[in-house]
Amino acid sequence: MEEAIIIEKSVIIVAVFAITMLFAMYCTLAERKIAAWIQDRRGPNRAGPGGMLQPLADGLKLFAKEEFMPNTPNTFLFVLGPFISMTMALMTSAVIPWGDTLEIAGRKVILQAADINVAMLYVFAVLSVSVYGIMIGGWASNNKYSLISAMRVASQMISYEIAMGLSIVAVLMMHSSMSLREIAAGQHEMHWNIFYQPLGFFIFLICSFAETNRTPFDLAECEQELIGGYHTEYSSMRMGFFLFAEYAAMFISSTLLAVLYLGAYNYPGMTWAAENWGENTANIIGIAVLFIKICFFIFLYMWVRWTIPRFRYDQLMNLGWKTLIPLAILNIVVTAVVLLLNR
Amino acid sequence: MSDLLLVPEKRFEKQIKATREKDGVELSILNLGPTHPATHGIFQNILLMDGEKIIDGEGTVGYIHRAFEKIAENRPFYQINVLTDRLNYCSSPINNTGWWMTVEKMLGIEIPKRVQYMRVIIMELARIADHIICSSVMGVDTGALTGFLYVMQYREKIYEIYEEICGARLTTNMGRIGGFEREWSETAWRKIDKFLAEFPAVWTEFENMLSRNRIFMDRTIGAGAVDAEMAMSYGFTGPNLRAAGVDYDIRVAQPYCSYEDFEFDIPVGQNGDCYDRFCVRNAEVWESMKIIRQALEKMPAEGGYHADVPDYYLPPKEEVYNNMEALIYHFKIVMGEVPVPNTEVYHAVEGGNGELGFYLITNGSRVPYRLHFRRPCFIYYQAFNEIVKGRSLSDAIITLSSMNVIAGELDC
Repeated sequence: MEEAIIIEKSVIIVAVFAITMLFAMYCTLAERKIAAWIQDRRGPNRAGPGGMLQPLADGLKLFAKEEFMPNTPNTFLFVLGPFISMTMALMTSAVIPWGDTLEIAGRKVILQAADINVAMLYVFAVLSVSVYGIMIGGWASNNKYSLISAMRVASQMISYEIAMGLSIVAVLMMHSSMSLREIAAGQHEMHWNIFYQPLGFFIFLICSFAETNRTPFDLAECEQELIGGYHTEYSSMRMGFFLFAEYAAMFISSTLLAVLYLGAYNYPGMTWAAENWGENTANIIGIAVLFIKICFFIFLYMWVRWTIPRFRYDQLMNLGWKTLIPLAILNIVVTAVVLLLNR
Repeated sequence: MSDLLLVPEKRFEKQIKATREKDGVELSILNLGPTHPATHGIFQNILLMDGEKIIDGEGTVGYIHRAFEKIAENRPFYQINVLTDRLNYCSSPINNTGWWMTVEKMLGIEIPKRVQYMRVIIMELARIADHIICSSVMGVDTGALTGFLYVMQYREKIYEIYEEICGARLTTNMGRIGGFEREWSETAWRKIDKFLAEFPAVWTEFENMLSRNRIFMDRTIGAGAVDAEMAMSYGFTGPNLRAAGVDYDIRVAQPYCSYEDFEFDIPVGQNGDCYDRFCVRNAEVWESMKIIRQALEKMPAEGGYHADVPDYYLPPKEEVYNNMEALIYHFKIVMGEVPVPNTEVYHAVEGGNGELGFYLITNGSRVPYRLHFRRPCFIYYQAFNEIVKGRSLSDAIITLSSMNVIAGELDC
């Protein structure tokens, strides 16, 4: 029995890891294709059919580049930065419920690497640590542009994590659980949180943009002001790690958005499908549905990036502290009152 | 006074030391340029920063100084035209035409109406191309790349028109003393009509994307504001002055090239900030299209494509190859052996960026005695550091791009 669990979990871990990497890789292609589509041009189409091998070519190119080391006293920290970013971006996926249970060879397999009861806290902990990668990398670069960028990221992440956390509190209150699994299960059929928590959803969405450093919150690497931001001095695969971490983070936060607000693997007619087609089929459709939702959010990220300009630093802080946090608190109060009245 | 003579780094280092001792605040020097993505061209800004706030700054010019004024003193009038291409390379036909008009003014040549209208068309197309770049690059500098790439296709269409008219695209070297080198082809006229038919929809879409975008407005309103008094005292002209509320446009104030024949408005702003400059430029694109339409409508059928000045206008190539007289004239004109009065003229045109002036002194020889280019960008850049003082780094970038400081025109 023990061995079975180890094998089961290992398979899930490897699968989740591979899927995250694959998504992050193909996000780079999707980003370029979507940008091209929005900007009325073709995008990469040379490597493989329709440019499908472009991410591999990019990766290979990054490996082949010179590893530039700036004149910095902190070479260790300089190397550490991208690794922290990368590791943290990949760690979040451990607690995501990718689907309900599957019955394989008489065993109920939970499609989740780790079903911990404080999953939300874990997610926030990992997110907060991921900022260190950028901060350390930017600071160790010994470059003023990198330093400015690192400072911007740090304060942006800290400010928006507060609003993000507060917007989640309302969801936790509704489901009276911190386990992502229970939150996902609680949104069965069409009882998606977005219908009960529209304000919370928007706050979480905006904060997700800020947490992943995407336009309009990409102050960290706005190339027109800070050249390359925190990765100005990085080259080769070290820079590749930063970029990869950004895309992985985007995938993860899309997943969180889907799990927390868009019903995770739930879809209308799931009970019916389970009754008529069997539990397994219904749950496999559920996995597909989750990935469709994730793809939608990834598309949303790219759509926004190629449409609107970015904020100025002080405007970003104003939005975070003076608009989103009060709104998130209001959301908690309203949710609490409604829950109390419905008791 | 002695402090002002120091190089900026030394001067700022003194200030950093003084501030550290007095307030315990550590200021830092940020070297913005010469090869920074936001300096469209090559120029340096040494900024004294308190975090992200700019305390003081000093611009350095001269990174692409090519001594055009000195070179011009050794070149016959025909050969100076290629120098003007490289001033504001976003709108070279205006520079070319401005130079020819200066020479024609010096020689007292009358230009047929048809040629003047053709020049108006090409200058207004160049103005549109210039404003397309500046306005869309403001989008890029605030983080919206899409508008830039989208309207860039239509600058390409303008370049195709140039190509049809003179064979070149960026540095056009267009025209001759007295007119154009050849009649515009059917394709050129058709392409102009096609551009006028297609471009309004595109420009409307571009304006809709940015001009009422809340983030873009927040970024640009109030940023880099120059009031009318300051603008006038620095000698601002063109869109940057008009954005500050002064309705000075050389096309109206001192009409040249028959601009008085056309009906158009001069858009003016109120606050002289980045947003006003953006709006003024966008509105000018519409006015330019209006002028081109009128010029096409009123275009006289007669008049040819050049003035009848055989002493200055190059003879056609067939004749040069087959005819002794024409060959001699060709040689003499190219080498500058033409009758030139002993005089001094100033001629200014409304360039894409403002008053582009040519101050020409001749002493009867084959080359100018002195030629000075009045480049608007050089003047804007003087004011840059005063404008951005006390603002954030982001504001400085957007201010620089909204003033459309082009390095080729900044250093000549």
